[in-house]
Amino acid sequence: MNRIELTAVSKSFEGQDKPAVAPMSLTIEAGKVTGLVGPDGAGKTTLLRMMAGLLSPTSGTLEVAGLVPDQSLDQLHAQLGYMPQKFGLYEDLTVRENLNLYADLRGVEPSLWPETYHQLLTFTDLHAFTHRPAGKLSGGMKQKLGLACTLVGSPKVLLLDEPGVGVDPISRRELWRMVHELANDGMLILWSTSYLDEAEQCDQLVLMNEGEVLYQGVPDMMTAHMEGRCWLLPGGAHPRHYLTQILQHPSVSDAVLQGRQVRAILHDASDIENLSKALSLNGNEKSVEPRFEDAFIDRLGGASVRHSALAEILPQRSNHESTPAIEAIELTRTFGDFTATDHVNFKVKRGEIFGLLGPNGAGKSTTFRMMCGLLPVSSGQANVLGINLKARSGKVRRRLGYMAQKFSLYGHLSVLQNLRFFSGTYGLKGKERRQRIEEMIHAFQLEPLLAQTPESLPLGFKQRLALACALMHQPEILFLDEPTSGVDPLTRREFWVHINGMVEKGVTVMVTTHFMDEAEFCDRIGLVYHGKLIALDTPDQLKQQVTKASESNLTMEEAFIRLIAKYDEVHS
Amino acid sequence: MIHRLLTLIIKELQSLLRERQTRIILIVPVIIQVLVFPFAATLDVTRATVAILNQDNGHASIELTQRIAQASTFNKVILLHDEPSMIEALDRQSALVIVRFEPSFSRHLAKGDTAHVQLLLDGRNSNSAQIAAQNIEKLIQKFALSEQKHPPKSQLITRHWYNPNLNYQWFVVPSLIALITTIGVLIVTALSVAREREQGTLEQLLVSPLSTFEIFLGKAVPAIIIATGQATIVLLAALWGYQIPFAGSLLLFYGSMTLYGISLIGFGLLISALCNTQQQAFIGVFVFMMPAILLSGYVAPIDNMPNWLQTLTWINPVRHFTEITKIIYLKGAGIDTIMPQLIAMALIACITTILAYIMFSRCFFISLRDT
Repeated sequence: MNRIELTAVSKSFEGQDKPAVAPMSLTIEAGKVTGLVGPDGAGKTTLLRMMAGLLSPTSGTLEVAGLVPDQSLDQLHAQLGYMPQKFGLYEDLTVRENLNLYADLRGVEPSLWPETYHQLLTFTDLHAFTHRPAGKLSGGMKQKLGLACTLVGSPKVLLLDEPGVGVDPISRRELWRMVHELANDGMLILWSTSYLDEAEQCDQLVLMNEGEVLYQGVPDMMTAHMEGRCWLLPGGAHPRHYLTQILQHPSVSDAVLQGRQVRAILHDASDIENLSKALSLNGNEKSVEPRFEDAFIDRLGGASVRHSALAEILPQRSNHESTPAIEAIELTRTFGDFTATDHVNFKVKRGEIFGLLGPNGAGKSTTFRMMCGLLPVSSGQANVLGINLKARSGKVRRRLGYMAQKFSLYGHLSVLQNLRFFSGTYGLKGKERRQRIEEMIHAFQLEPLLAQTPESLPLGFKQRLALACALMHQPEILFLDEPTSGVDPLTRREFWVHINGMVEKGVTVMVTTHFMDEAEFCDRIGLVYHGKLIALDTPDQLKQQVTKASESNLTMEEAFIRLIAKYDEVHS
Repeated sequence: MIHRLLTLIIKELQSLLRERQTRIILIVPVIIQVLVFPFAATLDVTRATVAILNQDNGHASIELTQRIAQASTFNKVILLHDEPSMIEALDRQSALVIVRFEPSFSRHLAKGDTAHVQLLLDGRNSNSAQIAAQNIEKLIQKFALSEQKHPPKSQLITRHWYNPNLNYQWFVVPSLIALITTIGVLIVTALSVAREREQGTLEQLLVSPLSTFEIFLGKAVPAIIIATGQATIVLLAALWGYQIPFAGSLLLFYGSMTLYGISLIGFGLLISALCNTQQQAFIGVFVFMMPAILLSGYVAPIDNMPNWLQTLTWINPVRHFTEITKIIYLKGAGIDTIMPQLIAMALIACITTILAYIMFSRCFFISLRDT
């Protein structure tokens, strides 16, 4: 039978008090896409690795396509495709050579190679790139190639471990379409993810947290549970400030910004009267359709961090100065004859959150790097705090903070050594330095972890430490380069609570992101495509630009896709 | 500036010394080399085999055979009986040198005529064979002198300065100090930048107020500290372990070591500026190190090289420092003697650091393009 059956399967690792996977019984059927959903550290990868026969369960029995992985590993490998988080593509080999390698490893008859490749390359739309080294592909294309390599040898069971991480929405849609096609042909597909938009589109769902299954079934059923508990509240003049207030209310399970409004999730449908009274909403609140994310966060116990201890230790900035915090004037960058950033103009006001969005390879990263002085400009200007960063003046850079996708911490140093180092590089010393470090340790509850290395920390703490390192010198501007890429929704929530808190204190934030819901948290968004800034406005305005008369509540992702389609139409 | 620099240096030392594995990698190979190299890298010929075909069997040839057999050069003597076995002994490499006395050897000598001894050497092992041959020649000369009734009016007496017993370790160990410093500095500088690039922390440094110069120094100083530490281990082993007396000034020695370190840092950072990963940097270090050590005078004397190659070795800092270690350590020379080497190293240091500095600031950006 082409299915996966788990009976009381569990897995514990030595030296950990909690099992990575608590005893669970599941049946996963072929012919549909099953989502394995949960935040970071939920036990998804451990579960997948057991199914792939890479780990033995501590207890219970496991059957994959009628085979017990521990007993018949070779037979299982002939039927199973497993794509780990970091798929082993050889970056120096071309697309074709990578396929050759996997075909060889999987023992595919050489006479069948051309036909297999033709199918896979057509399927993944990589025909044009067969001679390009895998390392030179974009993130989305790499994942597609990884999928193609996994599919060599026509497995019956496909296990995908977070294939959507680091892939832009358009490429993700393609991956998604491919996987559904495979499922329709009768393949068993298990897609693990911490992205909720992906989870929502699965036919079946297994929701995990801390090694336990919280929900199993159709995504819609989970969402249906939330009926009447989701409300859209007017944000007033200071939506961000208002959000903090709402999050403090005991009947609120979770709340986020949505443009200039606040979307609140209540513990119970009847709580709205309470909340309405407490905030004197006077009937301005609007009941909205629950989203999958609402159900997810609620199942996991609601927002965990509701107020930013970080904001308390940052000084209030007045921001009376009229020079823009960040300004790009005809900013251009060329690499050879390729123009990565093409005459881009924008201004970021002080105390604003400005988001740069765009598909992979559109040039948002190049633009961002020039703005924070990591890449010289070809022409035009990148001004920060009214000063051209070209001069690489240490004085300006002391007023900036920077946090990158990979958190850029020293993995071999301890948490405390990292804090000391980063405070030192920004010229903090003596009593002040000790005090700032102390504040950060306190605000982010890092005391018990000081002697550990960042490598050993859970993702959430790594993120906190990276933020602490970027903020100890109390910068006026914070640059965030895809800070939440690969981070689960709960941890992202906490992150944005801190960012909101900072902006409340007058810090300017410039951020690049893939996440459309995060785009909603920005004051203004610049959409980068083909090296050009094709749209620049508030999230609400951007959505309005492409909303048809018959629609309401367009999602940011849809707006983003339409804006790009519109640009393509005009310029094709 | 000083404070930020100190922060960088402390961070660098912490990340090098915090982990047990890195500590082991930095120290254990040094100890192993100190223990093994002086015994392995020796050019003395002491345990060779000599084959003797004595067609004479007179008093003189037997006396000579005995003298050869007792020489420290040879620990095994094979007595041959005919010419074919002579060829066989060489072919099979069972003997390094073959001595053949002509049938009338003793008779000629007794008459006061010239007597002939034939030496056959295995050219596959040319160096050792030559040394062995020289030793045999000395033995024969000595024998000839003792046989003469009237000793000659003049006599040659050889005395080896700076290494009176011609102990090969006296040459190997001081040079090892130079060798270890070389490896230490290159590995630390080349790999640490590549590692920062891999970790993504290099960007974090670049957006901080640190200037390129500070980052540069922050990489250079820890490398010199580590290398000096390693060199000290070797020095102590040389003084107390191998009992090789240090003749010169320690201050001058450490001073020139620092200058040497700086000239190497230029190379190390140049390598790291050209590499994106630690793996590439590691290969880069070896691509530089192999020829640098070959052309340093450590493996083969520079005087034996063709002229153009001798000139070329002037750009090799390893050569200068290998010379300096020997000159200061064994000869105890002052600063004026090593001035030419010091000037050469200073020039090399200037050029490579400037070059690396330029590459450094430019490559920081280039390498970020594809990520």
